[in-house]
Amino acid sequence: MALEHSDVLRAAHLARLGLASQDAEAYVEDLDRILAMVDQLQQVDTDGVAPLAHPLEATQRLRADEVTESNQRERFQQVAPATEQGLYLVPRVVE
Amino acid sequence: MSSSIALHDKTLSELAQGLEAGEYTSRELTEAFLARIERLDGELNSYITLCREDALRDADAADARRAAGNAAALTGVPMAIKDIFCTEGVRTSCGSKMLDNFVAPYDATVIEKLKAEGVVILGKTNLDEFAMGSSNENSHYGAVKNPWDLSAVPGGSSGGSAAAVAAGLAPAALGTDTGGSIRQPAAFCGITGLKPTYGRVSRYGMIAYASSLDQGGPMARSAEDCARLMNVIAGADPRDSTSVVRGVPDYVEGLDYNLKGLKIGLPKEYFGEGLSEEVEASVRAAIKVFEDAGASVQEISLPHTHLAIPTYYVIAPAEASSNLSRYDGVRFGHRCKDPQDLEDLYKRTREEGFGDEVKRRIIIGTHTLSEGFFDAYYIKAQKVRRLIRQDFLDAFDQVDVLMGPAAPTPAFDLGAHKDPLSMYLQDLYTIAINLAGIPGVSVPAGLAGKRPVGLQILGPHFGEQTLLGVAHQFQQITDWHRQRPEFGQEQA
Repeated sequence: MALEHSDVLRAAHLARLGLASQDAEAYVEDLDRILAMVDQLQQVDTDGVAPLAHPLEATQRLRADEVTESNQRERFQQVAPATEQGLYLVPRVVE
Repeated sequence: MSSSIALHDKTLSELAQGLEAGEYTSRELTEAFLARIERLDGELNSYITLCREDALRDADAADARRAAGNAAALTGVPMAIKDIFCTEGVRTSCGSKMLDNFVAPYDATVIEKLKAEGVVILGKTNLDEFAMGSSNENSHYGAVKNPWDLSAVPGGSSGGSAAAVAAGLAPAALGTDTGGSIRQPAAFCGITGLKPTYGRVSRYGMIAYASSLDQGGPMARSAEDCARLMNVIAGADPRDSTSVVRGVPDYVEGLDYNLKGLKIGLPKEYFGEGLSEEVEASVRAAIKVFEDAGASVQEISLPHTHLAIPTYYVIAPAEASSNLSRYDGVRFGHRCKDPQDLEDLYKRTREEGFGDEVKRRIIIGTHTLSEGFFDAYYIKAQKVRRLIRQDFLDAFDQVDVLMGPAAPTPAFDLGAHKDPLSMYLQDLYTIAINLAGIPGVSVPAGLAGKRPVGLQILGPHFGEQTLLGVAHQFQQITDWHRQRPEFGQEQA
């Protein structure tokens, strides 16, 4: 499955990763070769093989729905780029 | 001092004994390592952040604890931490511009455990950005040099940890391993590095790259040192739901292992095309040592080995693209200047904050997970992953451990693999282990010219005790783990 210039721009947009159209060129060649290597997988007969999501086949451990953490908002917001009155600031979304 | 070995050449276990015997204090030890780092690391670049003040404070606390009679096994011993583990009050960069300004507000569970033991943290070591790389050349903070040969890479992604231990800038370090990132740098730098079973060591506070593969573990001068560190860091963690609830054996007790009757399998796929002659010669000589000690050797096949790299380069970037979506310029880390709108904030923040290799993997992962490609790539890779894992399960029905090279060549030159694909192919002996979730250890087994060679020993899930026992017995017979590079010796 060859990778096109438009696939790279689409994936970058989906990942919200800034990528100028001319800069995408550099990625197309590398990524196309990487995906060509990955395409070896298509030759493998996996009929009847179940996907393996967890190397120990463990299922997610559940815990009781209880509050275990104290509120440390101020402490955690110390590393935030922009906050006001305990809220994270982003550019205006709704006019 | 009673011993003729310089402090910086001693093992963690020897340093712990010296502290217990009162030969030196933790403060003296810590000051000696800090001074050595400050004198020598300008050339290696193995540390990103030095924790001088915290380390001296913790060393004093360790000395006080010992004086009060409350010392634990490793109280007062200094070590280094890969800069991927959150360390409260210390910048935790993950080798990325994205987290250059991130001072972690909490400790990773393993850091908490090391601190509770009284271990002194010297500093945070260099790595490939977000642990993506095999040479440590992808770091925002620059490449690390291999102390055995300054024109060579130390391996990656835990390259700073490996170089620091090899150069005597720390007696031991923590690393992480997603596709070989503990074992390959351990091999390249002539130290002992253990990747534990997936889930054996908590990942809470360890910055995520590929969550179904990532595992933290010890990097040190001997298997014994790795066992002592595992005794501190292993175990279930309520804050990491993927950590495994299962009893933890005493890894130090397991060192007393009898090699007689040990059944060793040699995967024929690990001795094929691409393996350098000098690595093969060292590895085969090491295996002969085990045979001479009463172990038996048989050839084994892991028939899906050639599919490990393609499988990894679907699963790891897919998980990375999801994990790295959290870096959005809103809650922590880098944020672009004067964002025009929310999309501009996300896009420019991520464009500026991530390096090339990280961007490559985010794009691949996003592409393979996107509509129309998901089944062909991700589900297919998960199916092949099961076949790769089954190879190992079948092998361990026949033998106790597998042995082979940790990497196809000794450390390569800085700049040798500018093409990403050619770099990926270097990991062919380490990557399948993460897909299968089994443990593996790399131990020093020779020198190719100036550059070390690592023997990789693999075991079944939760077989760390056996692996460390086998490695320790090898280190009772050989002294490869005692070899030190010339770097930094004259200034001792």
